[in-house]
Amino acid sequence: MRMADGAEAPLVAGPVLEIAFLRHDYGSATVLHDFSFAATRGQHSLLLGPSGSGKTTLINLIAGLLTVQHGTIRIAGETMAGLPGVRDDLRRRRIGIIFQTLRLVEALSVTANLRLAQRLAGRERDDAEIGRLLDEVGLGHRAHARPRALSQGEAQRAAVARALVGRPDLLIADEPTSALDDGNAERIARLLVGTADAHGSTLLIATHDARLKAHIPHALVLAPIVQEVA
Amino acid sequence: MFGLAVAYLRDRALTTLLNVLLLALAVATLAILLLFSSQIGNRFERDAAGVELVVGAKGSPLQLILSSLYQVDAPTGNIPLESLALLRGNRAVAQAIPLALGDQFQGFRIVGTEPAYAELYGAGIAEGRMFADHQEAVIGAEVARATGMGLGQRFVGSHGLSAGGTEHAHAPFMAVGILQPTGTVIDRLVLVDVPSVWDAHGIQHEEEATHDAHEDHADEESHEAHGGQSGMAPEITAVLVKYRSAFGAVSVPGIINRQTDLQAAVPAVETARLLGLLGAGVDGARIFAWLLAATGGLSIFVALLQAANAREGELALLRVMGASRAQLFGTIVIEALLIAVAGCAVGLAVGHGVLALAIGSFDTLREVGISASVLHPGELAIVAAVLGIALLAALIPAARVARTDLAVTLARAR
Repeated sequence: MRMADGAEAPLVAGPVLEIAFLRHDYGSATVLHDFSFAATRGQHSLLLGPSGSGKTTLINLIAGLLTVQHGTIRIAGETMAGLPGVRDDLRRRRIGIIFQTLRLVEALSVTANLRLAQRLAGRERDDAEIGRLLDEVGLGHRAHARPRALSQGEAQRAAVARALVGRPDLLIADEPTSALDDGNAERIARLLVGTADAHGSTLLIATHDARLKAHIPHALVLAPIVQEVA
Repeated sequence: MFGLAVAYLRDRALTTLLNVLLLALAVATLAILLLFSSQIGNRFERDAAGVELVVGAKGSPLQLILSSLYQVDAPTGNIPLESLALLRGNRAVAQAIPLALGDQFQGFRIVGTEPAYAELYGAGIAEGRMFADHQEAVIGAEVARATGMGLGQRFVGSHGLSAGGTEHAHAPFMAVGILQPTGTVIDRLVLVDVPSVWDAHGIQHEEEATHDAHEDHADEESHEAHGGQSGMAPEITAVLVKYRSAFGAVSVPGIINRQTDLQAAVPAVETARLLGLLGAGVDGARIFAWLLAATGGLSIFVALLQAANAREGELALLRVMGASRAQLFGTIVIEALLIAVAGCAVGLAVGHGVLALAIGSFDTLREVGISASVLHPGELAIVAAVLGIALLAALIPAARVARTDLAVTLARAR
């Protein structure tokens, strides 16, 4: 995989994400090759590329869901390496993730989902903060609704609030707008950038949705690596 | 994660309710069987009161024991009064207590006997005194409680051993004493002297007939001496015997059984036979109940496995958010245990409740002295076993959830 730089992003003191010479193989197939990247606090980036370009692999490596084979990944100064338990702990403390399939806990209300996320992130229970976050994403009136009662847009906003309730240094969103129409995609993009800015989080969005370029100018463009036959 | 487990259970309330009911049915059945079999065994042992032989009319020895010792069946018939003298004349016999049955008051049996019968059960006088003359009655603690009868109150016995027979209005009794509760059959009896029973049935007799037999057992008392004007001889129903020595167990039954109209029944043998017969039925029902419990476990297993599959994605995301494998494993286990705890609680309540209803509906259960309010330590063992079944049912779904490969699971429906 190669990396292509997009527009320059403003530099903020203190690197939140540092990736150096990352290489990942699935058997004989190389997906990432000498990939390096750094994002400072508050610096948002898009991770663009078609299917198979390695976006998901890169996100899994950054989140510690896959083991780093070659190179290093550091989150707010801590290396994402070691046993799964160590990586789980770093992810829990530093990273918030929003998947395209939102996976809110259906048995819990929106507020209870956020409370659970708060507790899993190792934070004290803070209903006031949850209330503020829900107001911030425009879901104050749906605080006690079950996820199945939410519209797609509301559920998306609930997922954003849940990812932020642990006050992550790094907020990763995987295809957050691909299934949305232009209006909803616009709203979610603004929400992601706005809330990440408000909470001082660095935002990394993996997507093939070019509409997001309007909101996050800095982009890493990934392309599938062409395997050379010896 | 306890709250999450509760939320998951509430989220599929109907499945949870069905699983709870399935386990509750099994627990209730097991509890009823346990309470019934343990109480009936204990009760038979206590009510036997150390009586080693029961002598009565020929017929079923089990029926003789049930009617004369446990007061739950019809007697096999009557026996001549002199059989009491015959027994008391035997050196191997330490004690022979006569029983004359046939009447009841509001469903409680009236037993013509001697004060020694109350001593047999260690039933002291709570109020009043022991009967000392004809038509005086001492009532058991349960009789007093159920009928509200007090000292000095007169009452009329009815013919037959169940409520509703012809009243013996010509021979009313007066309560002169109330016995202390003993937890034995005597609590549910009305005790009078034997001649009072004869009087109730219009059988004429000489004064102190049984007393004479007791005092002068060497004297072969004339049967005819107790013959009434009605032509009916004063008879008794059975004699409860205690031996003076082990030799009695060898010699006395033989002597009795040689009499053409008498039989000797050994309570220990007949009770063991009865419990054996009951035990076979109880064991069959118990196997059925455990199968029911296993079905409950299987149902929990299926429900949790389906739930684990359905929640695979959100549980994986909980792992991503910081939940440990142990926490997710624990969530599934807690769900199963909560179902089991609820099933046990409902089951025990239903078990005791059904037993209470049955006691209220079936005289025999009440007469045998089965209680629904008694807790048996074995109920804890049932609870532990059902919790074990639930735990076992949760292991595979819990392990599947805990061993989920996050990257693979999350990629599946990204």
